[in-house]
Amino acid sequence: MSDVSVYESPIPGSPVYGLMAEFDSAQELLAAAHKTHEAGYKKMDAYSPFPIEGLAEAIGFHKNRVALVVLICGLIGLISAYSFQYWVAVITFPVNIGGRPYHSWPSFIIVTFELTILFGGVSSMIGMLALNGLPMPYHPVFNVPEFTKASENKFFLVVFSSDPNYDAAHTRSFLEGLAPRMIAEVPS
Amino acid sequence: MATNTQIPVADRRAPVIEPGHTFSTITEKISNIVLKRPVSLGWILGFLIVFGMLNMLAGVLGYLFIKGVGIWGINIPVGWGFAIINFVWWIGIGHAGTLISAILALLRQSWRNSINRFAEAMTLFAVMCAGTFPLAHMGRPWLFYWMFPYPNTMRYWPNFRSPLVWDVFAVSTYFTISLVFWFVGLIPDLATMRDRAENPFVQRIYGLLAMGWRNSARHWHRYETAYLLLAGLATPLVLSVHTVVSFDFAVGIVPGWHTTIFPPYFVAGAIYSGFAMVLCLAIPIRSIYGLKDFITERHLEISAKVMLATGLIVAYGYGMEAFMGWYSGNQFDSFLMWNRFNGNYAFSYRALLTCNILIPQILWLKKFRVSPGWLWLISFVVLVGMWLERFIIIVVSLSRDFLTSSWGMYYPTKWDWATFIGTIGLFLTGMWLFLRLLPPISIFEMRTLLPEAEVHEAAEVEQ
Repeated sequence: MSDVSVYESPIPGSPVYGLMAEFDSAQELLAAAHKTHEAGYKKMDAYSPFPIEGLAEAIGFHKNRVALVVLICGLIGLISAYSFQYWVAVITFPVNIGGRPYHSWPSFIIVTFELTILFGGVSSMIGMLALNGLPMPYHPVFNVPEFTKASENKFFLVVFSSDPNYDAAHTRSFLEGLAPRMIAEVPS
Repeated sequence: MATNTQIPVADRRAPVIEPGHTFSTITEKISNIVLKRPVSLGWILGFLIVFGMLNMLAGVLGYLFIKGVGIWGINIPVGWGFAIINFVWWIGIGHAGTLISAILALLRQSWRNSINRFAEAMTLFAVMCAGTFPLAHMGRPWLFYWMFPYPNTMRYWPNFRSPLVWDVFAVSTYFTISLVFWFVGLIPDLATMRDRAENPFVQRIYGLLAMGWRNSARHWHRYETAYLLLAGLATPLVLSVHTVVSFDFAVGIVPGWHTTIFPPYFVAGAIYSGFAMVLCLAIPIRSIYGLKDFITERHLEISAKVMLATGLIVAYGYGMEAFMGWYSGNQFDSFLMWNRFNGNYAFSYRALLTCNILIPQILWLKKFRVSPGWLWLISFVVLVGMWLERFIIIVVSLSRDFLTSSWGMYYPTKWDWATFIGTIGLFLTGMWLFLRLLPPISIFEMRTLLPEAEVHEAAEVEQ
């Protein structure tokens, strides 16, 4: 096992953000994520160039609230579109065309449908980004030069120093046991 | 069916990605089109032509705004003319992009991964072209915001019972959701571009757009949920948009418009012309940019089959219109059919049947489905045919309505043609820039197609 690579932080003297291990394949990363989580580490993250089935669950992340955000926003779109059309056509600007009913609900379905989709769709993007904490102009993991490969062909696991079980030497020897390609200290 | 000794049926088909690729080669090949490939003379010359066409559009629209819609060939009775023909044609072309990105994503058709990105870009530019026409046709386009409900000093509100108001909501929602879908799909690839760019300025631009995406497992988890939900929302949306466009006609009482078959027949026609445009773009792009590994024979063949299937639905629509012309016993409907076959615009109806029904039947033969040259030609013919369909629906119906005293002919002027050609310039300028500035194929989705991307929970437990 090679030595730990240490990189300088752009902010001198700042604490270590965590330890990063690099793997060659999705399968290795998934196995390593499972083992690390089972070893009691909870504050950790895994990085891969494409979504890997079961990886989020392996690091203890089971439910995301994107669907709830989309449901709520879609319902807001639905209710506001229909009630607005009702208000316009029945209350504030009623137009009598050949004695037809003001509350001509079948005609209101299309705009209601479109606004449901519009609110739901836009909220799925905004909700996803907001829950992910994006946009985020700076993040410590990018201090490791190898990390650019996370968007190409390499797979990374980071144990954060904020984890109660984190101990620089102990965590490092644990990660070495997972047979990574390299281990790096991530400056914050 | 497929035992260990037999070759599974799926393996005998052409692959969706040629063998021998790794995560690295896929990333390199696609990102280098943008980052490394020098700007060729051909690209510049082509760009000058299409950008010239776009400038012509700006010129003719400027002249239109000064003189008014009288410079076009529209009149009473044919008040809609080229503007609405081209609107419906362009919006239909956009439909293939959303179909490929949303419906095929829900159906887990992984071959879509190589063509969804540029098909979505095609959708965006096509909807922009489409939107130009109703705006220009308004007469007073600077008052376009009157279409939207906003509190105003006239204390006036739009009539929500009108299909034209539905259209505003349908098309603007369609454009917004297509843009969101396209951008969400781009975020991980923008991060790849950021990580691979060598020029610091370029890196900064991609970095800004990627918003700090770092490929975290938690992010991917939310990302996949968001993408799936977007696909689920865009699927009914794409079916609704051309339905609403068809309501512009079907809710009216003009012969040839007032039929219940319009919504499904319009949607099928939209996908038909959209796939034709996808092929017209994909065939040159894959050979110029060396993407035959990713856009394979399999993609061409599937697209050809989709065209054949939707073409037959369109043919059924034509057949049903002719049948109802006879079966309804309505003199105006029967006259409409007679007029289509024998009237002043009979040439266009005959050309339509040839382009949309007769010629595409060649696609029953596999030889033509996998031949890029033939396929391009047939797709082009279908695009012409679908344009003729809208011409016939609008011009033939309006020029001969109920009263002989209100009959009149429609002839497009040079300004009509210049506007139409100008929007083709707008569309192609968009595509030209897109190919140089953004990865034309979804890189991260291509990575998931490799066998190395598959993980096995069971194998992992054994370790």
